[in-house]
Amino acid sequence: MNIDSIKNGYVIDHITAGRAMEIYETLGLKDLDCQVAIISNAKSQKTGKKDIIKIDQNIDLDFDKLSFLDPNVTVNIVKDDKIIEKKKLTLPEKVVNVAKCKNPRCITSVERDLDQIFILTDKINNVYRCKYCEMSLK
Amino acid sequence: MKHLIDIKDLSVEEIDDLIKVANDIIANKEKYSHKCDGKKLATLFFEPSTRTRLSFEAAMLELGGSVLGFSESSSSSVSKGESVADTIRVVGCYSDIIAMRHPKEGAPLVACEKSTVPIINAGDGGHNHPTQTLTDLLTISREKGRLNNLTIGLCGDLKFGRTVHSLATAMSRYSGIKFVLISPDELKMPDYIKKNVLEKNNIEYCETKSIEEHLPELDILYMTRVQKERFFNEDDYVRLKDYYILNKAKLENAKKDLSILHPLPRVNEISTDVDDDPRAKYFEQALCGKYIRMALILNMLGIK
Repeated sequence: MNIDSIKNGYVIDHITAGRAMEIYETLGLKDLDCQVAIISNAKSQKTGKKDIIKIDQNIDLDFDKLSFLDPNVTVNIVKDDKIIEKKKLTLPEKVVNVAKCKNPRCITSVERDLDQIFILTDKINNVYRCKYCEMSLK
Repeated sequence: MKHLIDIKDLSVEEIDDLIKVANDIIANKEKYSHKCDGKKLATLFFEPSTRTRLSFEAAMLELGGSVLGFSESSSSSVSKGESVADTIRVVGCYSDIIAMRHPKEGAPLVACEKSTVPIINAGDGGHNHPTQTLTDLLTISREKGRLNNLTIGLCGDLKFGRTVHSLATAMSRYSGIKFVLISPDELKMPDYIKKNVLEKNNIEYCETKSIEEHLPELDILYMTRVQKERFFNEDDYVRLKDYYILNKAKLENAKKDLSILHPLPRVNEISTDVDDDPRAKYFEQALCGKYIRMALILNMLGIK
């Protein structure tokens, strides 16, 4: 299967297999005018299979959101047909309105116009907790 | 702006200072009777709680201040659909300090993000109840003369019981503390408290279902009520509510200077025949609640 290489933009590589659509939706990639390719179940030497997303435009990519969604991804930044940077992402200290608190007793379940904020409380085990009720996301 | 949302907002030194002021209030009540003249405390209780609300109101009245507020959400604008943020903005126009209780966890944090006056969390769901913890610390310090080198039994609902979570967190900052966690399997202390609080601070603890097993070692026995309002399933509540009943006979092997505490209200978990035992300290504890809240109000209003 052939998919065109991109001239200027991003290749989001090493996405955990099966998660590309969630990333596509959450990062709002469906609203872009440019070509976006979603490759599912590509072969991976490391993990057996992986997903890849190619974006053929230099957009303002939200790396924090991306890293929160899948901390294992690498982002190749492409300029004039060449990879100019391979970016390994680090987990953001805080994410806003990416995930929803699942605690039915949390104030975020009833308060109007309140952002859903999660704070990274355990960097070793990648644990995020709701800023308000402190319930773990996982 | 000073707020108290979580007991962790206070350093050990700040807690020691509050205890010192509370002890001074107990010894010199007259000296403090006009400290808050002209100041108003709003008690916003979106969930009913007689004890905590009255304790806050008594504290402010004894300092010479006045109180206003509501005791359940049905008698407030919340029943008309008002948000916490809006309620707090409005109440801030009418008061100098707010004590709020809310059934939703994190509501006081939302409040302090919008408030123009200090907020005291008077309990948010199963999450935090810092003034109960301050009450417990004052009681323990008065009964034992120290807050270190104590073996503390926490008994009952350790899963949803916010008082035991906050107490475990607060006591973990003192040296020589050992916890005995007594609960049925369904109501065990959550992992995040065991890992992030007890183990992180190298606090020795053990878990047991038996109240009798470790009773002879305890300096403090902290009983809790199984709270009906925390259960989604009534059958679970009915099955667990009378799992522990402390009575005089069970106390035979306990230390002579054991202190039995309970945040109250109790249901069946402490038999009334324990009330006359000199080791029963839960009514003294309720009194301590008023004095530590007086100390806290003074501190948050910046009144010496």
